[in-house]
Amino acid sequence: MSTTGTSAPGALAPRPRRGVERALIGLALVLTAGFVLVPLLYIFARAFGAGWGAFAHNVLDPGTLHAIGLTALVAVIVVPVNMAFGIAAAWAIARFRFPGRKALLTLIEIPFSISPIIAGICYLLLYGRNGLVGPWLMALDLKVLFALPGIVLVTLFVTAPFVMREVLPLMQAQGSEQEEAAVTLGASGWQIFRRVTLPNIRWALLYGAVLCGARAVGEFGAVSVVSGMIRGQTMTLPLQIELLFNDLNIVGAFAAAAVLTLLALVVLVLKAAMEARRR
Amino acid sequence: MSMTIAHMSRRFGATEVLRGIDLTVARGELVALLGPSGSGKTTLLKIIAGLDWPDAGTLEVNGEDWLPKRAQERRIGFVFQHYALFAHMTVAENIAFGLTVLPRATRPSPRQIADKVQELLGFLQIPQLAGRYPAELSGGQRQRVALGRAMAISPQLLLLDEPFGALDAQVRRDLRRWLREVLVQAGTTTVFVTHDQEEAFELADRVVVMGAGRIEQTGSPEEIHDHPASPFVARFLGMTVELPVTLRAGRAEAPGIDASALARVAMADGAATLFLRPSDITPVPDPEGRFTIRTIASTGAMLRLLLTDGAGGTEVEIEIPRRLAPAGLAEGGHVRLRPEAGRLFARTEPLSQSAAGAFATAHDPDAGRQTALSKEFTR
Repeated sequence: MSTTGTSAPGALAPRPRRGVERALIGLALVLTAGFVLVPLLYIFARAFGAGWGAFAHNVLDPGTLHAIGLTALVAVIVVPVNMAFGIAAAWAIARFRFPGRKALLTLIEIPFSISPIIAGICYLLLYGRNGLVGPWLMALDLKVLFALPGIVLVTLFVTAPFVMREVLPLMQAQGSEQEEAAVTLGASGWQIFRRVTLPNIRWALLYGAVLCGARAVGEFGAVSVVSGMIRGQTMTLPLQIELLFNDLNIVGAFAAAAVLTLLALVVLVLKAAMEARRR
Repeated sequence: MSMTIAHMSRRFGATEVLRGIDLTVARGELVALLGPSGSGKTTLLKIIAGLDWPDAGTLEVNGEDWLPKRAQERRIGFVFQHYALFAHMTVAENIAFGLTVLPRATRPSPRQIADKVQELLGFLQIPQLAGRYPAELSGGQRQRVALGRAMAISPQLLLLDEPFGALDAQVRRDLRRWLREVLVQAGTTTVFVTHDQEEAFELADRVVVMGAGRIEQTGSPEEIHDHPASPFVARFLGMTVELPVTLRAGRAEAPGIDASALARVAMADGAATLFLRPSDITPVPDPEGRFTIRTIASTGAMLRLLLTDGAGGTEVEIEIPRRLAPAGLAEGGHVRLRPEAGRLFARTEPLSQSAAGAFATAHDPDAGRQTALSKEFTR
C-alpha cells in the first residue's frame, strides 16, 4: 500500500514500519469520514428520509424553485463577467511591467482574504439610502440593493480572484514567445488572442470558471446582507435553505440543501476531470 | 533583400545593450552574430524582427525605413531559441499558421495552403510528422518545424535566435550541416545569433563578433580565426593563453619561449601580449626549460598539459594531439614553449589575469600596461 506511484524499492530496502503507517492512514480515513462524509450523507438521508414524493414536493415548492432559478441566473451573469475580467487581469499582469502591478495583484486577491459579510456591508453602505451613491441611484430610479443587481455585484466581488488565480500562473509559465511568434507570422491582435493565447489557457480558464461558478452558487454571507431576503423575490438557494430551516421546515431545508450539494458534487466531478486534462 | 543598420543604440534602464551598431547585410548573405551572453546580439535580432525598438539609429531594408513598420508588416521569418511552436496545433497547422492569418483578400485557398505545407514538410524531410503535436517531437524535429513555419510566409529575411541552443551536442553537429544546406538552397537572406564560434564559423558566410553592445570585428570565419582584431575577440575565440613578451624588430621574445615560428609583425618595439590557443603551442622537452609540467591529463585523443613557470608561478594550459606528443613528456619534467600561431597586441593596461601579471613582473619591469592594436578595450 505504501509503494503505489513509484516502483517498489529493491529487496534489500529496510522494512517500513507498517504499524505507524497503518495508524496514520486509519486516522486520516476516520477524520475524513467523520468530518466530511457523514454530514454529507446525512443531508441526503434527511432529504430523502420522507420518500421521493416529499423530496419532489419540497423542491417544487414555488419559493424553492424561484430560489434555484435566481441562483442559476446570478451564476450565469457572474461567471462570464469574471472570465473576461480574469483573462484581462492575468494578461495585463503576466505580459506587462507597469507601476502598481504588484498592488493590482494584491488588490484582486482581497476577496480571498476578507470575510464575505464585510463585502456585503460595504456594498450596503455604498449603495444604501444614506450611502455614497445610494441617493444618486434613487434619483435615477435605479434599484441596486435588495434586488438582482446588488446580488450580482457582491457575488462578482466575492468571486473576482478565481479565474485570474488559475490563468495567471499558466500565462507566466508559458511566457510570451508563442505570441511573439504569431506576431512575426503576421497575425493581428485578435487573431493572436483567439488562435494562440486562448487555446493555451483554455483548461485553466474553464477550471477557474468552474470554481467561480461553485462559489457564486454557494455564496451566503455577502448575499444575505444585500438581498434583503424578500420571499419569492431575492432569495438565492443558500438563503432559501436558511429560511426553510428557520421556519422549522426541516425536510424542505434538507431537500433544498440536497439540490445545492448535488450542484457542488457535479462541480467537483467537472473539476477532477479538468485537472486530469490539464496534465 | 539587403539591410543596413546605422548608429543603432538601445538601453534597458541603466544598461546600454547596444552602443552604436553599424552593419550591412547583402542580399542572400548568411550572417552570424557571434558573442557571449549579454553582448546584445539577441536584442539586435529582436529589433530587426520588430519585437523591440532602438533608442537611436536607423534600420533600412531595400532602402526602406523599417522602424515605423510593425512586426506583422515586415514579413520576416523568426525562429525562436526554444522554437515557440503552438502547442495545441499539429505540425501541419503550425506551418500553415502564417498563411491562414493573412487577410481574406490575399489568403491562399485551403488547398494551396495544404500544398505549400506538404512542399515544406518534404523540403525539411519531415513529411511523416504532419499530424503530430509539438510535445511528441524531439528537439531536432521541433527545430525543423519552427524553420518550416518561418519559411512558409516566404520571408524577405530569416532570423534565427540560437538555432541550436536547445539541442544536445550530437544533434547539433548533424543539424548544422543540414541547416547550412537548407539555407543555401532556399537562398533567403539570413541572420542568426549564436554564442558558439564553431557554429558561427561552420554556418555563416560572414561572422560579426559582438561584445558589450559593440561590433568588435566583422569578417570571414578564416579572417576572424587567424586575425582577431582585439584582445576581446582573441579571448572569446579561445586564445586563452596570454604571455607577456617583448617585441624587438617585429619578433616576440620572452625567456623560455621560442617564437621563431611566428611571422614578423609590423609593430613598434616594446611590451606586448602574445595571445595563443592551447592547441597552438608545442611543448619541447628541455632539461633547461623554464616551464615545469605540473599535470598531464588525457582525454583520449588529446593530451592536456598544465605547466607552471618556474620563476613566477604562472600557469599555462596546452593541448596537443596525443599521437603527436613529443617523447619525454612527464609530470615534473621541464619544457620550452614553441607557439605555432598567435596574435600580438601592444600592452598599455594591466594584464587582466593575475597569474599572467605575476609572470609579467617576474621578468619585465615595464609590463603591466596593455593596449589593443586596433581598438581600445576594457574588461
